Amino acid sequence: MSSNGNGKARPKVAVFKFASCDGCQLSLLDAEEHLLAVAAAVDIVYFPEATRIMLKGPYDIGLVEGSITTHHDAERIQAVRRQCRTLVTIGACATSGGIQSLRNWRDVNEYVRCVYARPDFISTLKMSTPIAEHVPVDFELRGCPINKLQLVEVLSALLAGRKPNIPTYSVCMECKRTGNVCIAVARGAACLGPAVQAGCGAICPSYGRGCYGCFGPMESPNAGAVAEQMRRLGLTEGAIQRAFRSFSAWSWQFRQVSEERDRK
Amino acid sequence: MTTATSSAKGATSIKVDYLARVEGEGALHVKLKGDRVQDVKFKIFEPPRFFEAFLRGRHLNEAPDITARICGICPVAYQMSSVHALERALGIAIDPAVRLLRRLFYAGEWIESHVLHVTMLHAPDFLGCQDVLEMAREHKPAVEMALRLKKTGNDIMTVLGGREIHPVSVCPGGFYKVPRKAQLRALKDDLQWALESSVALARLTATFEFPDFEQDYEFVALSHPDEYPLNEGRLVSNKGLDIDAAEYEDTFVEQHVKHSNALHSQLRERGSYLVGPLARYNLNFDKLTPVAAAAARELGVAPPCLNPFKSIVVRAIETIFACEEALRIIDAYEPPAEPRVEFTPRAGTGQAATEAPRGLLYHRYILDDRGLILAAKIVPPTSQNQRRIEDDLWSFIPGILHLPLEEVTWKCEQAIRNYDPCISCATHFLRMTVERE
Repeated sequence: MSSNGNGKARPKVAVFKFASCDGCQLSLLDAEEHLLAVAAAVDIVYFPEATRIMLKGPYDIGLVEGSITTHHDAERIQAVRRQCRTLVTIGACATSGGIQSLRNWRDVNEYVRCVYARPDFISTLKMSTPIAEHVPVDFELRGCPINKLQLVEVLSALLAGRKPNIPTYSVCMECKRTGNVCIAVARGAACLGPAVQAGCGAICPSYGRGCYGCFGPMESPNAGAVAEQMRRLGLTEGAIQRAFRSFSAWSWQFRQVSEERDRK
Repeated sequence: MTTATSSAKGATSIKVDYLARVEGEGALHVKLKGDRVQDVKFKIFEPPRFFEAFLRGRHLNEAPDITARICGICPVAYQMSSVHALERALGIAIDPAVRLLRRLFYAGEWIESHVLHVTMLHAPDFLGCQDVLEMAREHKPAVEMALRLKKTGNDIMTVLGGREIHPVSVCPGGFYKVPRKAQLRALKDDLQWALESSVALARLTATFEFPDFEQDYEFVALSHPDEYPLNEGRLVSNKGLDIDAAEYEDTFVEQHVKHSNALHSQLRERGSYLVGPLARYNLNFDKLTPVAAAAARELGVAPPCLNPFKSIVVRAIETIFACEEALRIIDAYEPPAEPRVEFTPRAGTGQAATEAPRGLLYHRYILDDRGLILAAKIVPPTSQNQRRIEDDLWSFIPGILHLPLEEVTWKCEQAIRNYDPCISCATHFLRMTVERE
């Protein structure tokens, strides 16, 4: 560990990737105004997307992007957990299985045959599952993608030894603060906002469309009521199911609502 | 991370088990016998995510949101190829102002993605640094300039789409919401600065030392009669190709390659080809904007540019173009009467290709009469370049084997990074190489 100049050792940070689009770890590089400051406060010792340096653990903080979809990754996450004192999952794939969890309701072998010419070369699990289904997770940062300022907040909090200040209320709170007229009420738009955790800044309603759920379920959502409201607006059961079956489809709160559609 | 012994002479293999500074998880295995290359495998071990499979049954309006998630580095490219293909299936034409806004959106992504690759992923190779942070210790002003330049690209996407990664405003027919003139005008000062800075960045990259290495490439890119290609054009090559996107699947095939157990995109009967900045530039140089073209001539990289290591200079020149084009569009912008054209779903098939920062990105959709997707096909640039990357290594390695193995290994990595490979994109479609021993 090198020193930060105050005589204190700088924490070692590692960034790990599983099944994902790379967008959440890119958020670290996209935090242009904060990148050099973050880099000065910690030692980034494992981050293959950004550096050839790949130091062995243990690490003080591990940031994990992506979901578990292969046998190899199911073993690798165990090793990663053992190496990280604090393990933070970043993004919808790592916290709820991601869009690739749509396979969880289908026959993955049929998916393999649909995409790949030589199915026998492909090794994959039947399900795409979040990190917390495999190992204990110390903090889950939501979003598809994560909000880079929330990532900076989580890192700052961990460095200061305090709890990250990440709101768990709904998108509606952000939407009101932005000054938007409610598009669900005024325009009859299908909007997941009342059931979805804040963090994006209510961008979809601000851009004239209903929230489609990038940050996953808020704390204790009444997702069933949102589905019922969509039904009253004239959405088919299929359309309601698709709305809940996207980037956080495998979260149990949204899963409940989408599986209810299968029974109807 | 490299595993290397002391000297390349007498070595039997070059191995890079986890290729750094690319998007996604890849590896390189090269087998040597004396001074001869026996095998090259650019391997992909990124897990598949099956986008083409789960797009079936989704509504066409969801395609730009879902396909964006294939890649966090170039989500706009996926949104653009998907909406253009869907609009062709629906038989609808977009407002000219929407067309301009899409070009502006794409220009923003080119700036962000190119500067990310040039500065943070590729330049460290030329400067002998492990990463951009090490580079920042010796070249801090250049890194700070690049970070601000990258942010200017991100700012364009944020104004148009709410955020730079997986923006939310793109839909078939146009946008959910278009910006006011004043919102775009507010970007001008930064873009003016970015234009000058991108010229400085291009000059900096031109000072790098380039290996003496040229190949007889078949370049494939879009070509448009009036403009440097982003969203539209015919697919052309320097060896006589000239087709519409609808003919893509008749022209390009995926073949089973014996030495790697991998299926790669190839031109029927002609073999590997190259997509990306080098292809666009060599095929469309006469359409470059004035400052970009002047920089190209000043820096001595006017076409034909056949050295893949010089793609870093070309990326910087395309960044200049993207800044000029963004400024031109902002000056000309009048908001459309409606942000999007309304449409009634109908059954049909649509294909489109656009120019992602790393090269041609092809989408095809088959829709039913309710607007649900029956089938989807997506061919990202990295799966098209994968075979070409291996071909480069076959030719490149014999000329550098006199160097120590550690250096040979690094140079091979650098040769792969010439293509700015995005393995996250490619994997969902690439036929993975699985070594069975």
